[in-house]
Amino acid sequence: MLSFKGGVHPKDHKNLAKDRPIREINAKDILVYPTSQHIGKKAIPIIKIGERVLVGQIIAKADDGISANIISSVSGTLKAIEDRLTPNGEYVTSMIVENDYKYETIPNFGEKRDYKNLSADEIVEIVKEAGIVGLGGANFPTDIKMSPKNRDQIEYLLINAAECEPYITSDYRMLLEMPDKLIRGIEVMLTVFKKAHAIICIEDNKKDVYELFEKKLFGNLNVSVELLKTKYPQGGERELIYAVTKRKINSKKLPAEAGVIVNNVGTVIAVADAVCYNIPLIYKIITLSGDGMHDTGNIKARIGMQYKEVIDEVGGLKEGVEKIISGGPMMGVAIYDLSVPVTRGTSAIIAYEKDPIKKQVETNCISCGRCAKVCPIFLMPMLLYKKSKEMDIEGFNKLYGMECIECGSCSYICPAKKPLVQSIKVMKKESIKKEREEKHNGK
Amino acid sequence: MVNNFNVSSAPHIRDENTTKDIMLDVIIALIPAMAFGVYTFGTHALTIIIATVITCVLSEFLFNIVTRRKNSIGDLSAVVTGIILALNMPPTVELYIPILGSIFAIVVVKMLFGGLGQNFMNPALAARAFLAISFASSMNTFVYDGVTEATPLILLKSEKQVDLLKMFIGFIPGTIGEVSALAILIGATYLLIKKIIDYKLPLATLVSFVLFLLIFSGKGSNANYVLGQVLGGGLLFGVFFMATDYVTSPVTDFGKVLYGIFLGILIGIFRVFGKSSEGVSFCILIGNLFVPFIERITIPRPFGKGGR
Repeated sequence: MLSFKGGVHPKDHKNLAKDRPIREINAKDILVYPTSQHIGKKAIPIIKIGERVLVGQIIAKADDGISANIISSVSGTLKAIEDRLTPNGEYVTSMIVENDYKYETIPNFGEKRDYKNLSADEIVEIVKEAGIVGLGGANFPTDIKMSPKNRDQIEYLLINAAECEPYITSDYRMLLEMPDKLIRGIEVMLTVFKKAHAIICIEDNKKDVYELFEKKLFGNLNVSVELLKTKYPQGGERELIYAVTKRKINSKKLPAEAGVIVNNVGTVIAVADAVCYNIPLIYKIITLSGDGMHDTGNIKARIGMQYKEVIDEVGGLKEGVEKIISGGPMMGVAIYDLSVPVTRGTSAIIAYEKDPIKKQVETNCISCGRCAKVCPIFLMPMLLYKKSKEMDIEGFNKLYGMECIECGSCSYICPAKKPLVQSIKVMKKESIKKEREEKHNGK
Repeated sequence: MVNNFNVSSAPHIRDENTTKDIMLDVIIALIPAMAFGVYTFGTHALTIIIATVITCVLSEFLFNIVTRRKNSIGDLSAVVTGIILALNMPPTVELYIPILGSIFAIVVVKMLFGGLGQNFMNPALAARAFLAISFASSMNTFVYDGVTEATPLILLKSEKQVDLLKMFIGFIPGTIGEVSALAILIGATYLLIKKIIDYKLPLATLVSFVLFLLIFSGKGSNANYVLGQVLGGGLLFGVFFMATDYVTSPVTDFGKVLYGIFLGILIGIFRVFGKSSEGVSFCILIGNLFVPFIERITIPRPFGKGGR
């Protein structure tokens, strides 16, 4: 079966939420839209305080370069533009909209459109207008991803449906409930990448949807489905590309340079919505799970809702919950404030009754080598950890520390419970800072 | 709406396996060798094992107290050191010798270098070397069934035949834990199945050692000689339980193979050209010194930059 070298096998806990159909919930009074829900520059607000906004309206415009439009998911009035805490733990300039519960939309919202009459550039423009970014976690603007130097050099369009993080089932539910919309989205993207073959990549713990797509794609020459070994981080971009195409890229290379474009299931469905139904990115499907939730679910929420509002929709938190994670437990962020808004990056909210790592005690490294064995990039995490303790940036770079994809497999497996990936992340930031300073001083 | 939720950096889940679990598995894997040693050499062997374990744990405990460090005996690594040291002792050795060795292993070789993981030599092996030099005669007397006997390797050196079946089961003179190939292989199988050790290092050592014998011993055609060499003199105990010590062996697969070949050749040189017919522990100790070098030259190329 297709896979990559390295990786770990955390218990997936997907049973908690996988049988819960996607359920749409209603927005509440106030919605918060951070102007940065993507990699790159913040969007620039184009609505004034007190002005009325409509569902689907662009309220902040993408800046030059890498950036994305921000779109209102309700109709109402712009109340304020101020710094607000986001799920990543950063304060970001955010636009606060008061919901008038009228859900009045922009013109043509939800109107069908035949993508076959559109040129590649027109499709990319619609994707850009709709504010679509990669919904798998990195939040890279999709229109930019769809505009490599030469679109005809793209041989593979990989649909990342690995969903390798434990607990999360939102992609699984989308595959199960809207397979035709996904295929429609793929076809739209294939009109942009005319020479490409699309492959839906599914881990073998979701065999039912694999079989569903096998049937649906029977006789389809442009789109196929592949089964991948269930292993974390199978959904990592470099791991996925290697597993399916055996091509290898490093941190300095874009997938497009290897002839590959990777898009997450949710992103492709957002493309289908935007291009075929004129619905910009205003919803996010979120898995709520974990033993700290009264109930679990896969929730379709309007972007901008508070986490607390979403959690309350499935019955709320149990008494004395110790940890809440935005995203999956391997790469997600532990949050302390439930008033943060649902953003394009929100894939799951997981609540733990007992913090699973609270009791673990750090001991000495015994050089067992497990961290190196599981590293999908073949790094030596224990040596990088040493370099970070010594703040030896040069030594860190020499050991290829910058190649780390921060998947956390090393920390997961470490019997001495060392904060390996945590210290590597810090060093990567230091290394980038140092490089910038040197460039600056050089000039 | 700030709640008292715990905040930490990802990953938020960890594998349950700890250092203590690994040490516990090593202890379990040593049970067959211990049991056979006690069965064949009697209660003095058991006394030695108990004495070294207690001394090792106590030494680490007291060292931590004196130097005001966090107590570390809970990781069970001192127990492993104690057992391995005991299994490296001749069954008739006076009790104070292994006790002294235990203190040396823990205090000098392990704790003074910073404790578990910081030592560059295997503590039990370094202690055995220390004792072999300090108490040469006690450490080199091998009694079997009440009579002092030549070990199989000495017999092989003097061109005699050895009883391979007896060697395999362990009815031969030697140290407490090294005599029974069977008991060692049972323990080693456990470690391999539980993925505590990797087969690459022991295999590389054994293959390169046998090849060395075939080429340089002049007795390569003599199956009794070659097999006797493999079964005798603590080679199996050494490659499966001491060379594979995480702290003092390379991390990468390629490093393990290189280290294994290095040890195999070194043991071959000691056995074929050396005066002393034993010497696996000394070879591993010498090998330990080369590990940092092997580590440095075997850092893998990362994925996408020419790696694997």
